[in-house]
Amino acid sequence: MKIAFELNGIKQEIDYLPDRRVVDLLREELGYTGTKEACGSGECGACTILVDGVSKLSCLMLAAQLQGRSITTIEGMSPGKKLHPIQQAFVDKGAVQCGFCSPGMLMATVDLLQRNPAPDRQQIRAALSGNLCRCTGYQKIIDAVESAAAEMRDKL
Amino acid sequence: MTTYASPIGSSLKRVDGPGKISGLEKYAADYYPDNFLWAGAKRSDHPHALIKEIDISPVRNLPGIFAVLTHEDIKGANRVGVPEMDQPVLADRKVRYKGDPVVLVLAENKTVLQEAIDKIVIKYEPLPAVFDPEAALAENAPLLHENRNDKNLLLGGRVVRGNSIAAMSECDAVAEADFQLPWQEHAYLETEAGVARVDEEGILAIIASTQTPWRDRNELAYALGWPLDKIRVIAPYLGGGFGGKDGITVQGLLGLAALHSGGRPVKMWNSREESFLSSTKRHPGRVHYELGCKKDGTLYAMNCRIVLDTGAYASLGGPVLALAMEHAAGVYRIPHALIEGFSVYTNNPVGGAFRGFGAPQVLAGLEQMMDILADKIAWDPLAFRLKNAVMRGDETGAGVWMSNSTAIIPCLEKLQEHPLWTSRQAWVSQAPPFKLRGVGIAAGLQGTGYGPMVADIANAKIELLPDGRFRIYSGVADMGQGNNPTNVQIAAEVLGQTADCFELIQPDTLQTLPSGSSAASRTTYSYGNALKAAALQLKERILTRACNMGMGLYAEDFLLSSGRLNHLPSGREIPLGLVAASMRPEERVSIYSYTAPVNRYPDKINPDIRAAGFPHRVFAFACHLARVQIDELTGEVEISDYLAATDAGKVLNPQLYEQQVQGGAVQGMGYALWEDFKLDRGELMTRNLATYILPTSMDVPDILSIAVESVEESGPFGMKGIGEIVINLALPAIANGIARAVGQHIFKSPLTAEQLLLILEKRAAE
Repeated sequence: MKIAFELNGIKQEIDYLPDRRVVDLLREELGYTGTKEACGSGECGACTILVDGVSKLSCLMLAAQLQGRSITTIEGMSPGKKLHPIQQAFVDKGAVQCGFCSPGMLMATVDLLQRNPAPDRQQIRAALSGNLCRCTGYQKIIDAVESAAAEMRDKL
Repeated sequence: MTTYASPIGSSLKRVDGPGKISGLEKYAADYYPDNFLWAGAKRSDHPHALIKEIDISPVRNLPGIFAVLTHEDIKGANRVGVPEMDQPVLADRKVRYKGDPVVLVLAENKTVLQEAIDKIVIKYEPLPAVFDPEAALAENAPLLHENRNDKNLLLGGRVVRGNSIAAMSECDAVAEADFQLPWQEHAYLETEAGVARVDEEGILAIIASTQTPWRDRNELAYALGWPLDKIRVIAPYLGGGFGGKDGITVQGLLGLAALHSGGRPVKMWNSREESFLSSTKRHPGRVHYELGCKKDGTLYAMNCRIVLDTGAYASLGGPVLALAMEHAAGVYRIPHALIEGFSVYTNNPVGGAFRGFGAPQVLAGLEQMMDILADKIAWDPLAFRLKNAVMRGDETGAGVWMSNSTAIIPCLEKLQEHPLWTSRQAWVSQAPPFKLRGVGIAAGLQGTGYGPMVADIANAKIELLPDGRFRIYSGVADMGQGNNPTNVQIAAEVLGQTADCFELIQPDTLQTLPSGSSAASRTTYSYGNALKAAALQLKERILTRACNMGMGLYAEDFLLSSGRLNHLPSGREIPLGLVAASMRPEERVSIYSYTAPVNRYPDKINPDIRAAGFPHRVFAFACHLARVQIDELTGEVEISDYLAATDAGKVLNPQLYEQQVQGGAVQGMGYALWEDFKLDRGELMTRNLATYILPTSMDVPDILSIAVESVEESGPFGMKGIGEIVINLALPAIANGIARAVGQHIFKSPLTAEQLLLILEKRAAE
């Protein structure tokens, strides 16, 4: 099946099995391995991407569902050389250890800050509760999101 | 000249951060080589059975199937494992747990791979199976490995100090309890993964998510019968490890697949369920304690019996037991002690290394005993610990000599003066309606490195590049703990450089040097010591060469700074590239081999236990405090506040240090409250992250960390390993808090809401 969609701002038209998962399309077919898979059943959030700006789990989406959509993966988060303020905050605040949950965490954070530019720590915890991290204990991730939100508000 | 800030002690940002957060860092799971085949295993669905027949005819001609392999295709010994090589790559005569791999399939895609795995028929003759380690020790128990003198006992031993049986009767107060500890699944986000290929020259190259590239290489050569010098193992950044990748996971199957793929690359990446099924876990166990003291609060006698279920294969079940025994008396002086340990084979999945390595199991028991006993003599639990805690020069109850930095007392004192402790009674009394509150503490220790009988060696390598930059050849895999960034920090300090003057080569048996496993709280301690010395040697070489070149008279007149050499008397600046140009390639490379100090005392320990790692010389210490609030209506436990005071020597990087403290404490909270890995007669009941519950961001509080910085003179810049001590105390601190809230201890963990609700209901009924 021919599937046309926009990936990180670039138009794609590919011939792909419609019943394969989006995470496989991204990783195996298109080489976008920044999107991780860690459970394959919607329990961990590692495969989170943005579909029309809203966070979705790419392990629970079929390729055919991308038809006509615009999606953003971690590779599209900072198109220039400069890191996105959320990415920069993750580095600065020590929110990254093994890093395997980071792409999904970052995508979920983009979604959160679009909806709520000034979340408190409890709201951040709630928004990221579908993204598992086994290394950090979450604290520095919360710190980073808090800091990025403040930074992005200052720039408005 | 620019002003130079010392990187040691600063929160230098992790050099691996940008690659990881931009999605560009390639983990083992991220490799999809051109023209690759998927490999996957058909696993046993019997816990214990003889293999009578393997029928691969239904799949041999299935389109998309490249090869179907059994143990008959293995040319080597078909056994992996360290120190005991008892685990087949593919089961041959029999299977020993539900999950043992029997057939390996190579296929063009995952769909046909799964179809083939489902269609292969294996005929078994079931054997009696044993799932309880105590039952496995019985005379007539079914044998897992028939040819062993010790039958199902993998390792057993005792530590005897004084006469604890007689001494117990001289105690004024004695407490006794039996603790049941669960399996804990590592649940790293990157499940076991890798790619492998045999090239035109016959080199079998494997890129794998592994904590042990060099050991893997040795084991693969033996198991697969492929020459050692034709095996290359590369360890990119791991998506988590925690001990679960301390040894072979998919590497044996991957290597075998690559030897039968006609030169095509092969890839394996376990599903979460297959990961849960086939990977090692923290050993479940029973720990029985009897602890006695005098009425003046002095601990006097201890009896401890530890039984660990190591599952179907040894993995690191021997060393884990040795460390459990070594840590069984915790941080206390106890003159009379008897510690007995048993690590036992059963038909359960395999127990192995997991952060803490035996210490969490025993400290869970001991630290609850300390509270129970303190209550019996009406002592404050913190004062009771302070009264008995070791100082440098003391021996613990297990006979382990505290020869090096020992700051457990300052850790306890930090807690004692902290508002979370001093205001605890007010906090407890202000519990809202239908809530019960309690505050618990726990103290403990963790040895660094391999123990007395396995040389803990790291070989560092650092190179001055022709352009004046430096390359560090990392010897120890970075599973997320940040030893690679710390390597940069250490080399930057010695060589006066900024972090951007370095590039890193990840562990690779072709390019970097054997430096042991990423384990045992040793990565920065051992490799850091080696790297510091190698960098110092390189620095001296650079300065001497500058003098050779007539750039100055004395080496001490030069100062190294970012990319430059400053000649202080003249003010001249010399680019390092210029010095590099005058050096031969072999001069630009500096190698240093470091061996960690060992504790040669006491030699009275049973030789098997000693060989397995008892005792250590350098220890980290900590004391944790948990404030818990229990919902009387649901039994749910909320951790309201959490404090960790840690002595892991000098802090090289406060941010990385806190990452360990916070992450370790939360992994410990999971162990304490939610992570309930369930098996029913060897059958896995918790197959995914929906049933095996990890802590989420909503379940845990912010954690306060206090660094108690002793100076460990044997560690690079005074540091000690922090990777494991951080996980050891959450369970007992939380358990003690819960016990104070509900008025009784719960001896079976995790301390689930279900257990608590039953207690609360019973209490209400009374």
